[in-house]
Amino acid sequence: MNTILEAKNINKYFRDPVLFHVLKDISFNVIKGEFVSIMGKSGCGKSTLLYILSTMDTDYDGELYIDGELTSGKTNNELAFIRNKHIGFVFQFHYLLPEFTVLENVMLPAKKLGEKSFEEIEHDAIEKLKLLHIDDQALKLASRISGGQKQRVSIARALINNPSIIMGDEPTGNLDSKNAENVFNIFQELSHQQNLSLLIVTHDEEFANKTDRIIMMEDGHII
Amino acid sequence: MNSFRIILGISKIHLISRIKQTSVAAVGVTFGISAFIILMGFMNGLNGLLDGLILNRTPHIHIYNDIKPTETQPIAYFKDVSEAFNVVHSVKPKQTQKKIHNAQPLINYLNQNPKVKGAIPQVSAQGFYISGSQQLNGMITGINALAEAKLFNFDNYITEGNVLDLKNNVNGILLGIGVAKKMSLKIGDRIQIANVSGEIIPLKIVGFFQSGLAEIDNAQSYVNVKTAQRILSESENYITDINVKLYDIEDAVPMSKFIANEFGLTAIDIKTANAQFETGTSVRNLISYAVSITLLLVAGFGIYNILNMMIYEKMNDIAILKATGFSGNDVKRIFISQAVIIGIVGGVLGLILGYLVSRLIDNIPFETEAIPNITTYPVVYNYVHYIIAMLFAMISTFIAGYLPAQKAKNIDPVEIIRGQ
Repeated sequence: MNTILEAKNINKYFRDPVLFHVLKDISFNVIKGEFVSIMGKSGCGKSTLLYILSTMDTDYDGELYIDGELTSGKTNNELAFIRNKHIGFVFQFHYLLPEFTVLENVMLPAKKLGEKSFEEIEHDAIEKLKLLHIDDQALKLASRISGGQKQRVSIARALINNPSIIMGDEPTGNLDSKNAENVFNIFQELSHQQNLSLLIVTHDEEFANKTDRIIMMEDGHII
Repeated sequence: MNSFRIILGISKIHLISRIKQTSVAAVGVTFGISAFIILMGFMNGLNGLLDGLILNRTPHIHIYNDIKPTETQPIAYFKDVSEAFNVVHSVKPKQTQKKIHNAQPLINYLNQNPKVKGAIPQVSAQGFYISGSQQLNGMITGINALAEAKLFNFDNYITEGNVLDLKNNVNGILLGIGVAKKMSLKIGDRIQIANVSGEIIPLKIVGFFQSGLAEIDNAQSYVNVKTAQRILSESENYITDINVKLYDIEDAVPMSKFIANEFGLTAIDIKTANAQFETGTSVRNLISYAVSITLLLVAGFGIYNILNMMIYEKMNDIAILKATGFSGNDVKRIFISQAVIIGIVGGVLGLILGYLVSRLIDNIPFETEAIPNITTYPVVYNYVHYIIAMLFAMISTFIAGYLPAQKAKNIDPVEIIRGQ
């Protein structure tokens, strides 16, 4: 079994306005091809945990391994590289660059990684868009497509560098049930067919119940 | 290199999508830069004009025999009273001749010096212009017309006739325009000159000159060296002044000191004679720099404001870029490159606008009594000004962009993403 993501004894404090122990000794791991959801009430720390796991938040104690590599204590530039190469993100709000076309949005992380030529990247990006059935929107501006389409574009963007793991912060939270269903199916397909690991924070019990494993959180603990 | 291209691509799209703000920022730079170019060109043109008015026709070193009292009075040679405080009343100037002793060998010697562009003799004579019963005081200077024209732009001040007419006519005279007006003379007329001893010499008018200084134009006239010697009834070696033009004006001071010591003559250098001009020039330069820098500072604040606003609008974009693997430095570079692009575009447009307006000013008629050979406003086109302007545009926009870009670098993406 191949461990993609491993968290060891993660503790996190909010210092402002008062000292508050948000995450208490969190340890778990995600193996290759596993579709994991994190559930819990609002304020239990699940989003905070996700941003630590995503390496964007570095203010924590404990150890985090991504693809077997210790990320704690690395510089911001190194972490940016890890995010670029190993992690794909899907947020609750779609977060595309509005002035760029759909295709450019998808291509941008790969251009940053710089491992392939622009022609190859463009080809890959169209492949990913086809996978999500929105290749017909490729040349539209990102601000001109619907919410469901935007979310699929951001999934395509998350996939462009063939990451080890996809993380989502309530990716279906802002979508109607039909689009949410659609997004879930896409995730499941990725997990089963491409053996991709997924770690999704969600409120949606129906969504969570269909995943391989549910991590329940309460008051900063995993239960 | 690759990531540089991506960053430029992103900057470009940001700039184009906010073309109005971008243009406003660039126009600010354009105005600052063009104002600098125009001011510098115009100011330098005026400086050159004013300097030329005096400096071009002023010899770098003027050598003559000054009339002055003996510095050591005979009483000083008495040892008996050397300890005493001696008072000499009614000191008279030393008896000396006005001409420069051995002038021709001295001129030859100076002309052999590699620093000297040319040394030419002059004979100055006093006289009267006679018109009927009227007599006008006159300063008549004997010159070597062609050499004067070559070294001291003498021909610039001749309004009618030319230097060759003077050279070719032994009895010719170039009359100051003021004298000519007073006496209603025209070219080809004859004028009678009375010398100090009362002899009358008739001369033919070959041209007029206008120096722009009324005092000179009302009294001065030029003849050939030989004619002047004839007016004075002196021999051919009678030379009263030697004017020296150097290749480098900076050599004037040491050289004049050397000549004064070596030959016992009075030698005045141009810097001593016209000290106020350099002060004027440097003050005018200072003013033009101060005004342009102020304009560019204002433009810089404009860019700073616009980029700051842009960063607030682009918070989401910054968060996405950081989440998808762009580092803080990449984000910083995006915003700095935007500022520098504004600087380059605004700067180049400013250079072009500045050049065009300079051209325009260059063609505005500007006629003045004082400077007969000038017909339009003087403008200098110096590539150094264009280089300074462009560098300043880029440096100021870089600084204006740096601070907002630093802010963008330090934005925490988590706060933005969770904040929604």
